[in-house]
This record gives sequence, C-alpha cells and structure tokens, in this order.
Amino acid sequence: MEFLRPRSVREALETFQKTPGALALAGGTDFMVGWNMGLLNGKTVVDLSRIAEWKGIEAGKTGVRIGSLVTHAELQRHPLIRREFPLLVEACALIGAIAIQNRGTIGGNIANASPAADTFPSLAVYEAVVHTASPQGRRAIPFLGIFAGPKKTHLRPGELIEAIEIPYARPRPSAAYFRKVGTRAAQALSKTVAAGLLWLSRGKTVAESRFALGSVAPTIRRARKAEDYLRGRKLTAETVGRAMDLVEAEIAPIDDVRSTAAYRFAVSKNLLKEFLECRPR
Amino acid sequence: MIKLNVNGKRRSFSGPLFKRLIDVLREDFRLTGTKEGCGEGECGACTVFLDGEPVNSCLIPVAHAEGRKVETIESLANAKKLGVMQEAFLKRGGAQCGICTPGMVMTAEYWRRVGGSPEPEAIRNVLAGNLCRCTGYQHIVDSVIEALGRRRKKARGQKA
Ligand SMILES: Cc1cc2nc3c(=O)[nH]c(=O)nc-3n(C[C@H](O)[C@H](O)[C@H](O)COP(=O)(O)OP(=O)(O)OC[C@H]3O[C@@H](n4cnc5c(N)ncnc54)[C@H](O)[C@@H]3O)c2cc1C
Ligand code: FES
Ligand code: FES
Repeated sequence: MEFLRPRSVREALETFQKTPGALALAGGTDFMVGWNMGLLNGKTVVDLSRIAEWKGIEAGKTGVRIGSLVTHAELQRHPLIRREFPLLVEACALIGAIAIQNRGTIGGNIANASPAADTFPSLAVYEAVVHTASPQGRRAIPFLGIFAGPKKTHLRPGELIEAIEIPYARPRPSAAYFRKVGTRAAQALSKTVAAGLLWLSRGKTVAESRFALGSVAPTIRRARKAEDYLRGRKLTAETVGRAMDLVEAEIAPIDDVRSTAAYRFAVSKNLLKEFLECRPR
Repeated sequence: MIKLNVNGKRRSFSGPLFKRLIDVLREDFRLTGTKEGCGEGECGACTVFLDGEPVNSCLIPVAHAEGRKVETIESLANAKKLGVMQEAFLKRGGAQCGICTPGMVMTAEYWRRVGGSPEPEAIRNVLAGNLCRCTGYQHIVDSVIEALGRRRKKARGQKA
C-alpha cells in the first residue's frame, strides 16, 4: 500500500489529483475497522489528519463553521456549540464511547454515510451546509443533498469535506428534541435516532417545526409532510395524530440485525409524538 | 521514521507507518500490557492514552502518534508500587480473567485524573466502551468508586 500524508489542503488536493482512487483517512474509527478486516488491501491511503486548516471551529455572524476534522469530543466541549447547537452535542455524546468520541470526526461521520449515523438528525434540523474541496474546485451542498444511499454520498472521487456550516437557529426555538433509541445508550448503533426543533407562535400555533429521523430509510429523512401539515395549527391530540400518520408515509424502514421495520414504524411515530408534546424524557 | 513519547520515554519507530499502534506497542516496544480483544473498536481492551485522552489503539495507525504522548497500562505502576486505580481493582475484585483489565483500568484512570463523578451511573457511562465477560461489571464499578473515594479522603485530609 501507499500511505501519503499531506500537510495542507493544497497538498491534499494535489495528491488526489495524482491518485484519484485514493482513500481518505481522518480519525480512522470507521476506516480502520475495514482496514483491519483486510477489505482495503492494496489501496492508496491519504491521511488528512495533518491538515491544520480543517481542525478549527469558527464563529461567524450568522452561523458557525466546523472544520471536518473536529472530533465528537471537541464538539461536546466547545462553549459556542453547547450554547447554540445542543442537539449536536447530545448526538456526539452518544457516539460509540469516549475512546471513539476522542478520535471520530464530524467529516468522517458524514462521508461514511451510515443510515444510522447519530449526528445526522441534528444536522438535518439545523439545516447544515457541507463545504467540499476537490481538484476541480469548491462546492457548498445542503446537508440532505449529500447522501445517495446507505454508505453512499454524492461526493466525487477526490472530493473532500472541508467544513460543515450551521446557521444559528433564529429566533431561538421554543423546544429542541433529541433521542437515540438503541439496545443501550453507548457503543450501540441506533435502531432509530431523531431530532426536532419547534417554534410556537403566540397563540400556541406551530410557526415552524423540523423533525428528522435516522435509521428508518436508506438515508436520513426530514418529515416534510408532517412539518407542512403542522404549520399554523395548534397541537392537539388530533393534529399530533395526523402528523404521526404522515410520518409513517415518509419513511421506509427495513428489518436488519438491530431491529425490525414494524418496530421502527411504531417508534418513529412515537418519537414525533414525544417531540410535539415536549415531554421531558 | 517517526518519533513519539511512550510512557515518558522518547522512542522512534522506523517500520511501516500504517502499522497499528497496538502492534507497535506490543511487538516493537515490548509493552504487552495492552491487550487486543476485538480489533474493531468495540471492546476497549486496547485502550491507551494519546495526549492524555483514552483511545482504541487497535484503530490507530502509528503515524497518528507521531510527536505525541502515548501512555499505556505499564505507566501506572513502578517496580515497587501499583497505581491507585490498580490497587482499587485488586482490593475490590475488579479483575477476573484479566483480558479487559488494562483497558478498563486506563479508562477508569482517565476518569480519576479529570476529577470524574463517583456516581455509579457516571462510571458506567464512561466505561461503556470497555466490555468485560467475567465480572458482571459491579465489582469494576465498586473498584472505581474505591479509587475515587480515596482521592476524596486525601483532598479532605489536606484541607484539615
Ligand atoms: C465501536 C464503534 C462504535 C461506533 N458508534 C457509532 C455511533 O454510535 N454513532 C455513529 O454515528 N457512529 C459510530 N461509529 C462510527 C464512527 O466512529 C463515526 O462515523 C466517526 O465519526 C467517523 O469519523 P472518522 O474521523 O473516524 O472517519 P474515518 O474512519 O477516518 O473515515 C470514515 C470514512 O469517511 C471518509 N472521510 C473521512 N474524512 C473525510 C473528509 N474530510 N472528506 C471526505 N471523506 C472523508 C473516509 O475515506 C472513510 O471512508 C462507531 C464506530 C466504532 C468503531
Ligand atoms: S481491541 Fe481495540 S477495541 Fe477491541
Ligand atoms: S475480567 Fe475477564 S473480561 Fe473482564
């Protein structure tokens, strides 16, 4: 194998231009599992971990820009992320266990595109934008637009994630919700994972709601139909029930080693209900 | 060739840079305290500190330790005396077959060093990535509480 270790973005992009089939390595928590199994033998590996430009968290006027190499542990510790994006902090705290959080990066989590990835529902409701760089140039891709299927993204060969930009939620939401359902909280992949943001207007009607579910379709899903239906309505047993039915039509869960489709349908509806009722868990 | 600091000593490594840190520690540096359970990041037996933070050494190419500080279970004791966490595991029966123990003790030691909470639930949470087939975990939690309790007593003693 060839192992290349660029020191800057420019060097990294040049490396990929020369070897388009190369594999990127960040924290290695997904990569090394495949590597140790011998699935990646003979490949050229490009180590991104020395690219200092991608390790920072920068606060802007309208949002924050998180370098792709920022780890789940660093996100949890960062005061601005804690204040503005509690749903991302909650997600990062439930990824694997502490040793995984110390190494796994947000860019790696996105590029890996697991349908069960825990940061995705939070990034979906905060409406993050993924910034990429490739020898051909730079792109800004809305978060939901990056996924092509389970473990598949629309990133082109040699295209790297450089940062994730998340706009501040303004006005501040009336309620924020995150829940991971798994066999246990830590070190278990999600059966279902959900995040929600809710803005209520004065008359207690829904000004806006955003709800996203992971592990219930080939890629992360926003519950658009339920969100549209709820806009301008009061939250009553009837409207919540109707929104739950609409969620059912928007997901496509499967039976797999962690759970069944029937369970995921039921739990998805109940998560939406819990979110809308803002019940403390 | 890369340079790194292992248990306070400057070391260099001139083999393949993609060799796993656990293999470099065990085979090249003869530090066999660190164990391999799964090789997939699931079990935590291979836990070491990288710049003071617990990591799975089975998931790290040695290149990522370049210029950094690695600490293994061997660093907790000297020839005469075990570390506080090790003593507590002995006293409270926190180890049986011993395969999980080096990783378990390292994660617990991290918790002690950062002043982590002695609540059983907090201890179970920080140890969630360290699996044990033998003890049923209760004796491990008791061991950690024992070690953290000593820290408290000591702090109180100093104040008095
Ligand atoms: C025991 C264990 C438990 C886990 N538990 C969870 C969990 O509960 N929830 C969860 O969501 N995940 C979990 N994971 C998965 C993993 O830890 C995360 O997805 C992590 O964020 C991956 O980041 P990384 O930096 O380690 O990526 P790497 O392993 O370095 O890379 C992952 C993939 O992304 C590509 N890549 C990495 N960075 C970039 C970039 N900047 N641009 C383009 N491509 C890139 C790589 O080529 C590779 O294909 C777990 C993994 C393990 C081993
Ligand atoms: S051997 Fe590294 S986590 Fe199991
Ligand atoms: S003591 Fe045997 S695995 Fe923990």
